[in-house]
Amino acid sequence: MSSIGLEHYLVLSSILFCIGIYGVLSKRNAVVILMCIEIMLNAVNIALVAFSKYLDLIHGQVFVVFVLVVAAAEATVGLAIIMAIYRSRRSVDPDEIDEMKG
Amino acid sequence: MALEVAFWILAVMSVVAALAVVLLKDIFRAALFLIFGFFTVAGIYATLNADFLAVVQVLVYVGAVGILLIFAIMVTRETQYGSLFNRQHMFAMFFAAILLAAMIYTMTQTDWAGLGAVAHPPAEALPSGEGTTKDIGKALFDKNGFILPVLIAGVMLLAAVLGGIVIMSDKDKK
Repeated sequence: MSSIGLEHYLVLSSILFCIGIYGVLSKRNAVVILMCIEIMLNAVNIALVAFSKYLDLIHGQVFVVFVLVVAAAEATVGLAIIMAIYRSRRSVDPDEIDEMKG
Repeated sequence: MALEVAFWILAVMSVVAALAVVLLKDIFRAALFLIFGFFTVAGIYATLNADFLAVVQVLVYVGAVGILLIFAIMVTRETQYGSLFNRQHMFAMFFAAILLAAMIYTMTQTDWAGLGAVAHPPAEALPSGEGTTKDIGKALFDKNGFILPVLIAGVMLLAAVLGGIVIMSDKDKK
């Protein structure tokens, strides 16, 4: 029998999620930060699909469909904002866009 | 047995692709590795019997999000600077490592079987040869299913498209 259990998928999902968090916190390019957010969303999707299989419920996969929709919308709006900021400031470094800092 | 080999190959490739996205200096190569990572995640869905999601992953992520990211890189022309680390990257690595340790500890120590998880899902858990598309469709569009969230998701996608157009439109151009 296959010895791949639920834990294997959950640990893989955790590793991908933490790589994504590391990228989001440490990069200086907003486009790369969006790419890391996509990695994190993919990690969550892996966990949802794994639970869907091992709990034998289809709802996990239904939630993945909604996460996909949200990810597509987020990428669209996020990249539009990045392009608008780049057009006015010639930079996509989040550290330089700090007018709202208190 | 074949499923095990496939899982380990796909898992290692997806982690390597994710690390490459974070660590590579060349943004364009990072985006290509991200698309490669999307493909490996689609393969992981396939090992979990989620055939519909594997196809949708390739369509939405590789087809739409990947192309969008590459266009964003092309338009913002940040490739000459590359993707650099900021001042707090040691702290970020420390935080991510602690979070990873906590998550792996939680994931491996929790008694999933007590929640009803089966250690070895039977191969006949899903109707053979039919796939999951029918079940997902039923769950989404059934009267007692997720029909309201489906409609809201449609409205949200429309709002995202309109928002993208409005934000990106050049207001100075007459």
